[in-house]
Amino acid sequence: MAHLSKELYEKCKSVVALYPEARSALIPLCHMAQGQEGWLTSEAIEDIAELTGVTPAEVRGTASFYDMLHLEPVGKYVVAMCTNIACMLNGSMELLDHAEEKLGISAGGTTSDGEFTLEESECLAGCDKAPCVQVNHRFFGPLDNKGFDQLLDDLKAGKLSDDVPSHGVLSRVDRRFPLALSPSEVAAERAEMENAKSQRDEKRKVSEGAN
Amino acid sequence: MPESNDKITVTVDGNEVRADPGELIIEVAERAGVFVPRFCYHPRMKPVGMCRMCLVEVSSPRGPSLQPACFVPVADGMEISTESQSVQKAQNGVLEYLLLNHPLDCPVCDKGGECPLQDQTLAYGPGESRQVEEKRHFAKPIPISTLVELDRERCIQCSRCTRFANEIAGEALIDFFGRGEDTEVAIFPGKPFDSYFAGNTVQICPVGALTATPYRFKARPWDLEQVESTCTLCSVGCRIAVQSSANEVVRHLGIDIESVNHSWLCDKGRFGYLAMRSETRILEPSLRENGELVEVSWTDALEKAAALISEAKLVHGPQAIGFIGGARLTNESAYAWTKVAKAVVATDNTDAQLGDGMPAELVLGLPRATISDACKAKKLIVIGEDLKEVAPVLFLRLRPLIEEGKIDLVEFSTHETSLSKLAKASIPLVPGEIGTRVRALIGFIKGTKDAGEGIGIDVQEIKNASQALGSLEDNSDLVVIFSNSSAIENTQDLQAGILALEESFKNAKFMPVLRRSNIFGALDMGLSPNLLPGRVTLSGAKEYYKKQWGSVPEKSGMSALEMLKAASESKLKVLVLLGCDPISDFPDSKLAKDALLKVDTVIFVDSLANSSLDYADIVLPASMDSEREGSFTNLEGRISRISKKVSALGSSWPDWAIASELADALGEDLGFGSLDDIAKEIARLAPAYQGLRSTLSLRSEVDEGILLPVTSTKVEIKRKQGDPMVHLGLISVEHQGAPLKSGASNEPGVYSDEKQKPEIGSTVSLISKSDIKSDINLEPETEASGAKSLRLVVTRRLFDRGTQIYNSPFFRELISEQEVRIHPETASSLGIDNGGKVSISGESKKVSGLVVLDNRVDQSGVVLTWNVSEEDVRLLASDSEKSAHWVEVEN
Ligand code: SF4
Ligand code: SF4
Ligand code: FES
Ligand code: FES
Repeated sequence: MAHLSKELYEKCKSVVALYPEARSALIPLCHMAQGQEGWLTSEAIEDIAELTGVTPAEVRGTASFYDMLHLEPVGKYVVAMCTNIACMLNGSMELLDHAEEKLGISAGGTTSDGEFTLEESECLAGCDKAPCVQVNHRFFGPLDNKGFDQLLDDLKAGKLSDDVPSHGVLSRVDRRFPLALSPSEVAAERAEMENAKSQRDEKRKVSEGAN
Repeated sequence: MPESNDKITVTVDGNEVRADPGELIIEVAERAGVFVPRFCYHPRMKPVGMCRMCLVEVSSPRGPSLQPACFVPVADGMEISTESQSVQKAQNGVLEYLLLNHPLDCPVCDKGGECPLQDQTLAYGPGESRQVEEKRHFAKPIPISTLVELDRERCIQCSRCTRFANEIAGEALIDFFGRGEDTEVAIFPGKPFDSYFAGNTVQICPVGALTATPYRFKARPWDLEQVESTCTLCSVGCRIAVQSSANEVVRHLGIDIESVNHSWLCDKGRFGYLAMRSETRILEPSLRENGELVEVSWTDALEKAAALISEAKLVHGPQAIGFIGGARLTNESAYAWTKVAKAVVATDNTDAQLGDGMPAELVLGLPRATISDACKAKKLIVIGEDLKEVAPVLFLRLRPLIEEGKIDLVEFSTHETSLSKLAKASIPLVPGEIGTRVRALIGFIKGTKDAGEGIGIDVQEIKNASQALGSLEDNSDLVVIFSNSSAIENTQDLQAGILALEESFKNAKFMPVLRRSNIFGALDMGLSPNLLPGRVTLSGAKEYYKKQWGSVPEKSGMSALEMLKAASESKLKVLVLLGCDPISDFPDSKLAKDALLKVDTVIFVDSLANSSLDYADIVLPASMDSEREGSFTNLEGRISRISKKVSALGSSWPDWAIASELADALGEDLGFGSLDDIAKEIARLAPAYQGLRSTLSLRSEVDEGILLPVTSTKVEIKRKQGDPMVHLGLISVEHQGAPLKSGASNEPGVYSDEKQKPEIGSTVSLISKSDIKSDINLEPETEASGAKSLRLVVTRRLFDRGTQIYNSPFFRELISEQEVRIHPETASSLGIDNGGKVSISGESKKVSGLVVLDNRVDQSGVVLTWNVSEEDVRLLASDSEKSAHWVEVEN
């Protein structure tokens, strides 16, 4: 149970600054916070609420809509197994059965050593790799039972640690810091945009008035 | 262009209807008398199109299509069908879906019998379900706050509750959790739905998913009887339906009044009736004998009271008798007591305020704004208390408009208020500085002064404020709402600030906020020194009332403070307490105790026991709301009815009857055989009330109440067609056959013909600005000394240890802890941390509390809360003669 680390909190602040409305940063912040513990702790939710100016109930409510955001503890590796049409045709149901047996948990569960969480998932947009599996949002596939076992062994042995970051951080959100643009540049750009918009509105008003 | 040309024409089920562009189909249909079923739509909130119950068929170039009537605006030539086959099929389908997982535990559901889901299933549903699978289950019900319980199985996910919390109250403490059929309304774990307005969600929930803990299983809707009445727990005067079962009040619902409460209530008002049956109710008259209160008959009690009053008057003169309190009274009762004091006893020593309010002339003498004026204003200045704490539903009306940017708010407050974050500018105050800071702002706007020059406020705030307020000339859209910012200080300084604003913003309107109950009615009825009924001064209307009443006091009398001082010096002999508790409610508690100890006789007229009861010699039990009738004047000067629903408990009497009988015992006849007699006399005599038929003859059809002084003779007596989903309980219950009685006479409330108006009072003029004292001494009488260097500010909370709240177990839990609000820099210079426990020492006592860092608190001040803990903050103050109090804060 933890709040955001000081460093992460600062990072989050600079992400908030990218948006005209603080609450627009809610989802990116959830992903970033999830990078810390693997799931959204209550404390992290409270921090996000504070950063985005909404209530913790709203953050939790929003996060609960998305399967990619976890509100319960998860394993170090979240294994999402697609059972949508392309993967199903290529044997993903059987693969899921195998995975459940192998890990000793049913879909949705976490192994007792805290290493793996198994999830059944909708189309991962990796149909070319059917049956497709994501581990912490990194793609693997096509996989058969043997390939799956190998994947687990490699993960356990740390052989994939370069490819599979812990806790499934989305690389797009976890951008480099400090940001390429300084907050003042962001603000200036935004002001320019708003200015242009109000000029457009003004023009529209004038032309409407003329009609 | 004449307005009618802007209208468009649509047809609803074949009938042509004129409509404004932008109006929603559901509204237009309703005007045409066609009810479109709905769940999520609520006319006081933004539409979301969430439940699909309101689907109607709408013509379009691409052929007819189903559209949600609550979300789609009308367009010219639109053909709308609400009953076509495809509409019926859609309604069937929506209801079948809604019922798939619905538990249908109607027999044990509070909503059963007044439930839109039941009613609309009957009217528009398939009547049969094809579901054979097991329904979804949740643990139920779960408490989501002290007052509200949630049954997730019954929820139909209309989002009315979550939208109310977010959009109207601005406290999104509940939100949807999960997705699909697992969606549930949820709080954040550990953060309950402790909003002052939570009860509204129970009223607007279209099913029994949200229920009020105090009401659960108390009654079946078809057993309820109801009357329309007014909440008297603060001066907003929200309109309510009082519902009873088996002669016991079991529920209050908010009624939708356009000018006042839009159907909302605060929880204090919604559940305030719980105190009626509290153990501390006073049921019988009693007299103190050998230190004990002994029950006696009314005759004995009144004779004793009359004897003591007569004796004091004979020996010491009428000045030796005083009346404090009166805000709890109806207008008629206040009038009767004024007449007892001013005509029978002939003393002007009356004060409905308890030394923490504002001078009556300031309250009554300025051009008054209505709530609608404030909501329509473009610019708003709020000075003093947090409106959410003192006038909750006024806050609720304003908040969304400020958030949407329709109103620009400039706030002067001693601490962060519920509106600070939305304000264009928030100027910190310490008492004593209001005048200076207001003048600084005006000076800046005029361009005669640099912003904040030499007065220690953030220059930027003054600039923001001046930008929000614009020029001095154009200010007809400015409303100023003001209240006393610290309960322990006098208001000289506030008065200076308000007068300065009035001077500079010539067309602005003003709304004084006094928190206590019918305080505006009490002042209007003359329960204040130097006042007589009808918003006139004693000096101005002496002759007029002398002619009518036979006698009036010769000189103007004492305020509550002066009376208590006189009592403590044994100059005042008899003190009549009219529903008030100086011991816990007067700013100077030492003085109050001393006064009540020293005064010969305390006559205590009230419904509930309070700390002052210990000092009472004669106790006269008064009926409570819903046991009595009369009228109420709210902070706008709008009168509405207080109605009786249940019989009075014990031997309690309505206050006017007590006054009248006491006068009788004093050998005088007030001439009041009935409440109606008083109401007629008020309408005949009291200048601001002239033109009314009587204060009581407000038919329930006069929805909006009547605004005083009566200027227009026309009264709208057409009741809007009620939206059954707004008036939920009301209309549904009316369907069950219990008519909503107003209990009023059948005449409309105002003389419809100017000629019928009685001829009176042409020479008396209403209190105006010229009556407001302007010679104001702004120097604080004490200076900071030594370690006691912080100026003490004491503010109010909605839920404090006041009698009506402390006597309800549900409210008691809601009383907050003592908070010590302090500026972060002041705190760090004192080595104090946020959340830490500190002690505050003042004149004679220490008080402890938890630190809340608040950068809107002035660096020279510290803000505490009145009457929330055992420790009495008033004891930190020096005596109430002084206008500034200084304290020290330590770890
Ligand atoms: S609890 Fe009631 S008001 Fe709230 S979403 Fe459910 S049905 Fe609607
Ligand atoms: S705001 Fe005032 S009048 Fe309205 S419900 Fe609350 S206490 Fe009653
Ligand atoms: S169906 Fe499995 S990834 Fe698309
Ligand atoms: S969608 Fe229109 S009332 Fe719900």
